[in-house]
Formats: sequence, C-alpha cells, structure tokens
Amino acid sequence: MKFYLAVLTALWLAPPIFAQDCTQSVSGEIIDFHDKTPLSGALVVVVNQDLQVTTDDKGKFTIKGLCASTIELEISHPECTSQFLKVDIHDKKELKISLEHHLELLEEVQVVGAAQKQKTPSSIEKTVQLGTIERMSGGSLGDVLKTVSGVSSLNTGANIVKPVIQGLNGSRVLILNNEVRMQDMEWGAEHAPNIDINAANRITLVKGAGALQYGGDAIGGVILITPEKMAAKDSLYGKILANGVTNGRGGNATLELTKSFENGWFVKAQGSYKRLGDLEAPAYVLSNTGISQVGGSLQIGKNNFKEGWEAYYSYFDTDIAILRASHIGNVDDLITAINSKQPSFISPFGYTIDNPSQEVTHHLIKGNYYKRFEGLGKLKIQYDYQQNQRFEYDLRRGDARGIPSIDLTLRTHTFSSDFKIDADSEKQLMFGVMGRWQNNEADPSTGVRRLIPDYDKYDLGAFATLEYHVSNQLILDGGLRYDFSRIDAKKFYQRSRWEERGYDQDFAALVIEDFGTQLLTNPVLDFHNVSGTLGGKYKLGNETDIRVNYALSQRAPNASEVFSEGLHHSAARIELGDLRIKSEISHKVAVALEKKSVKWGYSLAPYANRINDFILLEPSGVEFTIRGAFPVWAYRQTDALLLGVDANIYSQWFSKWRSEHQLSFIKGRDETLGNALINVPPVRLQNSLIYQNPTLKGLRVAIESNYVFRQNEFPPNITVFSPEDNSSIVLDINTPPPAYHLLNLDVETAFKLQKNTLTLGVNISNLLDTEYRDYLNRLRLFADDIGRNISLRLKYIF
Amino acid sequence: MKTRAFYFSMMISSLLLVSCNNDDNDPAPVNEEEVITTLTVVLTPQSGTAVTLRSQDLDGDGPNAPVVTVSGPLAENSSYSGAITVLNETESPAEDITLEVEEEDDEHQFFYGITGLNATTEYGNFDDDQNPLGTEFTLMTTDASSGSITFTLRHEPKKPNDGTLADAGGETDIAVSFDLTIE
Repeated sequence: MKFYLAVLTALWLAPPIFAQDCTQSVSGEIIDFHDKTPLSGALVVVVNQDLQVTTDDKGKFTIKGLCASTIELEISHPECTSQFLKVDIHDKKELKISLEHHLELLEEVQVVGAAQKQKTPSSIEKTVQLGTIERMSGGSLGDVLKTVSGVSSLNTGANIVKPVIQGLNGSRVLILNNEVRMQDMEWGAEHAPNIDINAANRITLVKGAGALQYGGDAIGGVILITPEKMAAKDSLYGKILANGVTNGRGGNATLELTKSFENGWFVKAQGSYKRLGDLEAPAYVLSNTGISQVGGSLQIGKNNFKEGWEAYYSYFDTDIAILRASHIGNVDDLITAINSKQPSFISPFGYTIDNPSQEVTHHLIKGNYYKRFEGLGKLKIQYDYQQNQRFEYDLRRGDARGIPSIDLTLRTHTFSSDFKIDADSEKQLMFGVMGRWQNNEADPSTGVRRLIPDYDKYDLGAFATLEYHVSNQLILDGGLRYDFSRIDAKKFYQRSRWEERGYDQDFAALVIEDFGTQLLTNPVLDFHNVSGTLGGKYKLGNETDIRVNYALSQRAPNASEVFSEGLHHSAARIELGDLRIKSEISHKVAVALEKKSVKWGYSLAPYANRINDFILLEPSGVEFTIRGAFPVWAYRQTDALLLGVDANIYSQWFSKWRSEHQLSFIKGRDETLGNALINVPPVRLQNSLIYQNPTLKGLRVAIESNYVFRQNEFPPNITVFSPEDNSSIVLDINTPPPAYHLLNLDVETAFKLQKNTLTLGVNISNLLDTEYRDYLNRLRLFADDIGRNISLRLKYIF
Repeated sequence: MKTRAFYFSMMISSLLLVSCNNDDNDPAPVNEEEVITTLTVVLTPQSGTAVTLRSQDLDGDGPNAPVVTVSGPLAENSSYSGAITVLNETESPAEDITLEVEEEDDEHQFFYGITGLNATTEYGNFDDDQNPLGTEFTLMTTDASSGSITFTLRHEPKKPNDGTLADAGGETDIAVSFDLTIE
C-alpha cells in the first residue's frame, strides 16, 4: 500500500520529462507474484503519454519509440493490483515485474494514469484527466467536457453551461457525482449542473445508455465525476490552485488537504471559491454577468481490500447574474433585440450581481459500504440524500423587488445496492436495485404562479449486466434494466389553460378542488421503462480495437415536460408542458474503431440514434397578454433521428511536437414533420499543436484552433403579430448565427521548490478577440459571446 | 464495531426517510401579484362625453387574449385630458398598479404611438428629474380620420430618451393598441 502513495505523490511531483529523440525502447516480462506464471494480457501504460501495450502469451512486452530518458510505467492486469515503476531506459536491461494476484483491488485503489477500467467494454468512453481539469479549474463541468469530441454545450451566457452529448442534454444526460446521481433540476435549459469540478480527480464520459447500473434513461450518456481514490498509507498532502482572469476581472482558488493512514482510514477536505464581475464581449461590457460560487467537500472513510465504507458531504452554492439585456417584456422587445446588433442595456463594468439572477444551493450527503466475499464477489450498498434549492430573481416592481419569482426545493433520498460476481475472470455478472423518493416543493410566497408544481416522485429500478471475456481478443457485454416511476403532483391550472389544452375533456377526474379561475388537480402518472444493451469489443492487433454497441433506453418525462405552464419571465416566453406526454424510447447503435500507438493514433466513432416519441421544446405560436404578444414554447413528441460521427486523430511528429485533431459532426431530423430538429449542435473542428520540452522547466506550449460551422439545418421560424408595427412579421428566433473561429493559447511551466512543485500557466482564450455568437447559447439573440480572456494560473502541491 | 456503527446510521437515515414523508396538505393557490390585467384610459374633453379605452385580460398569461373596448369616437379639433389606470384584477379587491408605477416614476414611462389619426399627445406628469412618466397626458385632435393609438409602458427604460421606444429600451410591461376614429 505504501508503494501506491509514493507513486501517486511522485506522479504529481514529477513534471513530464522528455529527451531529445524518440528512438528508445523498453522491454520486459510480467509474472504472477504467487505462482510465477507469466501474465498475458497485462496492460503496460507509459504514464503521461498516450502510449500503451499489452503483454503477449509469454507475458512479454516491448514499448518502442520512447522519447524520455526516464519514464514511469503503470502495469495493470484485470485480476491484479496495478503497479507503478520508474524506469531509466538507458539501463537497457530486461525488466522483470511481478504482480500480486488480487482480484479487482485495482478498482479500489485506482491511481492516476492513462488506463482506467471501462464501465462497459463496448461503450464509447472518454476520460478527462486531472491535468486537463486543473488547467480549466476556473471553468465549469460543461467547459471541461467540451474538450471531448462529440460533446458541446447548451449555454445561458458563459456561466451556465449544460453539457450536450451527441446532441442530447438535460434529463438525457446522467451526472454521477461520486456515484450519486445528481438531482439538481436538470430539466431546465438554464439550469447548469451543480458541480464543482475542483473536487474531481477524473471525469469520465460514457456516450450513450450502455452503463445500465447508473440508470436506464441515459439516452445521451453518463458523466462520472470521481474524486481521488485513497490509498491505505500514512500520508498528509495538499494542493493549492489559483486562477486570475482578465475577462470578468476576478478569479478562483481551491485548497485541498488529504490525510490517510496505514490502516485504511482517510479524510479529505476541499474547498473552492470563485468570483467574477461582468464579462466582456469584444465591443462592450455584458452587463450583469458576474458570478459568485462556493464549493466544498468532506470525505471520510476506511478503505480496505475486504471491506470499507465512506461518508461524503459536498456543498455547492452559486449565485449567477444573467445578462440584463436578456430580460425582455414581450415579442416586440424580442424583435428589437434580434434586430439590434448591441444589447439594449450596457452599463460600465461592475461586480454586483443584480436581477435577473439565479441562486442555487446543492447539498449532497452520501454513505456507502462494501464487502468482498471470497470466491464470490463484492456487495455495495449506498444511501444518499440531496437537497437542491433554486431561486430565480426577475426584474420586479414595488414590494416584490427582492422576492424570487421561482423558489423550488427538491429533496431526494436514494438507496441503492449492487452485487458483482467476479470470481470467474471470464464472466462477470452484476446486478442491483435502486429505490428513490423525491419531493419538490414550490414556495407560493413568490407571488408568481408555480412553473413546476409540488410533487412526490417514486422510482424503483433493478438491473443485471454481464461481461463475458470470450477470448483475449473479444469481450462481449450485455444488460437489462427495468425502472418504474410515479409522479404524484398537486398542480394548479388556470381554468382557461385547462380548457384550452382540452384537459377538461380528457382529465376531468383529476380536478380535486375548484378555486374559480384556478383548478387544483392531482395528476398521478406511472411509467414502466425497460432498457437494455448488447455489445462487444474486438482487438485487431495490439494497438487497434473495434467496439460495437446497441442500447435501448426509455426515459420517463420529467416534471417540466409534463407540468410546465406559464410565463417564463426571464426568457419572455410561455412554456407549456403536456399531461399526455409519455416515455421516449431510444435505439442507438454506436461503433468505434480506435488505434493508439506512439507515433499516431485515431478514433472514428459513428452513431445512429433513433428516438421514438422524442420530447422537445420549440416555439409553436403566439399568445397575447396585455404586455403584448409572447412566443409559446410547447413540449411535443415526435420521432427523431440523430446521426453523427466523432473523429479524433493525433500524431507525434517529432519528440517535442505533437498535433491533435477532432471533428464532431451531427445531424438531427424530425422524422414526423420532415424538418430539422431544434438545437442540434453545429459541426465543430478542433485542431491543436503542442510543444513540450521537459528539459526547459517542463515547458508546454499549446495553441488550439476551434472552428464552429454555421448550423444550416434548423426548424422554420414562426410568424407573429407585432402590436408595435401593427403587422405580422417573421420572428427570427431559430435562425443560427454565422460560423466562427477561435484561437486559444496555453503556456505552462513547472518549478521545483525543495520537494514541492509549483506549476505556473498562462492561458489566453479567444486570442484574436473575435466577435461571435454561438447557436447553442440562449443569449445569442441578445449579445455577443465573451471576448479575449487572459488567465494566469498557479498550482502548488505540498 | 465501525461497521456496526455504519449500519446503525444507515438505519437511522432510512427511518428519517419514512418519517419525513409529507403530510397530505394541499398546496395553497398563488394569485399573481404583479400581473397586469387591465389598462383603462379615460379621455376627458373640456366639454362633451369622455371616451374610455379599455383592455382587459383576466387570465393574465393564460391562453385568452385581452378584450379591447373603445367607448366611442373622438371629436375633431378637441383637447382631451387623458388619465391611465393600470389594475391587477386577479386579486380581490383589484390592486391599483398605477400607484406603484407613479411611485417608481424614475423607472417607468408610458409611450403613445399614433398611426393614421390626426392627433398629437403631450406628457402630463413627470418624474423628479423632469423626465416624462405619462400616466397623465393631453391628446389634441385636428381633422377627422381613423387609425390607432398604442399605449406602451416600459419598465426600466433609458431616461431621458428621445421619445422613441427604440431609444428607450427597457422591458415592456404593457403594449395595447386601440382602433379609433375622429369624427
């Protein structure tokens, strides 16, 4: 155990070191510690480089084309404890490495490195490593995930960033924060995940619904945010990260402390704070776009091979100002905003967070326990509680000025348990159950009719998955899951709306009390969903593999899709859910061909996702009030088809020069109407050139180009009557903005301060101060996106 | 022992889970506080009958459109003193929002848009900085004509402004058109 921590610390302390040429090689043999038999299929990874090989039948391996004089190897085997080894390649001698045969310990004491066990062998997974997370410490989860091909984001300004995986977001993307499924009102387009990325050690993305143990409704995918795994070793260490930025004139800082003990006990505390003032577009200040954010977590537990437990608490509070100019009164204001090149409201830079704004607090408490049964497998049980409090403030008059327009409290209790039978290394069977109770409470003292009603939601789920290692080349996996969910809501409808929707015909029995102009109803909606997955991974030689996966997933509609009803002041639109909405069903086939070698590698991953009864929100018409006309955004269901491909390629041109290229391409069609789908991410091309010279204080210079094409396929605009013009005009609400190109520059260097390392970095995003608007930014109708930002970062590990 | 303690805490939490299960009290209805349902403009001539323009939308942001009524035509070459009242009639008794608008006069302004009518307007009341508010105004008619007049109330407009909606900005609280004739 001591070994792990030493390595772990060494990993952090050692900046990557490279020599001049890339012709070195290293070879060796890997044997079982107990019976000295050679271990075939063990993975040998060169840490901090995208380089890995597996051992042959005789347990032998050779890695060629190494650049550095000293490298670090991570050696892992599915049935063994992984090991780290520092190697001086000038020694030229054959390495002999023995691994301890401990089933699955790997998972418990996973260490920072390039290789992680896949959640499911056949799904497409990408992991964002700590280095990248630290480099983007001032950003959000969505910003970090955008470094992965196939991921884009749905923004409301620069501070509210929702990850979009292969065109899908919100309830279709499950976010697991330390194995707890986030329940943070993910249904809203302007609700960002309540995650402090600074608590993460690793962020893994599973594209598609293959990872059934987390839920059956991940039509888009699963995001796993994993804190550092603790080693059983006496140690005390810490980390400070600080960032200062010019755009927003603020910054953020994180402090992390870890104490662990030989007997398996550990405790870790982490806190971070972020404060920014108004952001700036190249031509003007984006008035009222500041943010104040506090995050903290405390983790305590005992981690042993046979059994262990953990208690975890995390706190997240964010106060986000929303662009003043985006708060508008009616459709005429919207038309004016769209036609005007500038926001209607620009004031000098300031730090104040004024209305409109939102304040969200999220508490997460978790306790879990695991126990291994010899010759059988591992049992895990977990309970978690989450409390999400959301306030949204609008511009209001008189006494209501300081009162939020939306005040929702969402409380969720979840109990889950699973059992993994892994005694047979060829077949691993896992099954589990989940029960959840959720309560939403909308405070009536807002003086604004509830957009989301009070409700209780009950979920029950059960799953089984099987992973079958057919041969050294082929792994098959499959799984089945059933979920029951019931929403029991108490909702007030305006009588006029109840009748306009035809609910008085179809749902008359739901009315429990008549208040004259309003009706109190009690809809109880049950959903039975079945999901399943089947796939395989086949090795084509040492460096290449191919994966094929089919996933069926069903998702019950969320509270917003069913119940939304009313004027969304901050968006100047009337949003309407539909009581008749049923579960959507996705059939997705994904294929990935991947090659990884020293000199170059690629990944080509096409997919097709057919979603029956796809639930979408789009402008459907106009309603009149005394404030003028408002566009109505109604939820409806249709059959949709998403087709896309995510492509990556990299090449190590010279020992210090490397280039990486990424293309994300997706098309979305409404099969029923024959139209394009709304909010499909435009094609994106990312290219970066990286220069790394470890002999020069670990210097790393990266220049990155981001080209976002114009989305040429979008649903038709709607025609509205403008009282101001006294005529009908086309509301240009769906038309995407033009293509844009951004350049980013990042320079990083590391210094040794006695035993500790200080890393300094400068990052310039939007280097050329380009004026642009992004199709998936909801504020694109009102203002340009943010301009050049220079940030200075500092990392100190002690 | 530690494991047992853990089990115990799990049991406690599951008990909590059950015990905090909500009572079955029904939620209270929310009456929109800031909704404007009714705009009434009374145009009083120096002599003759007053003309009342009204737009009433009792379901606020509900599906029903406002009901717009005009009591009669305007007279040629006359001067009318206009008074605007803004109400929230979802509350009982109706809340007079005009008072709030007049209290926060530096953050509000009415605009009068006239098309087709041979008529002009002049602001009748102002905020402390002598910028127009416009809940009171004067309407002067000349020759017979027909057309419409649009009343727009802006919240947090730029003040002072050049009198156009485009320059004023802010958000629209009221936008109502009345078809009128001058006889």
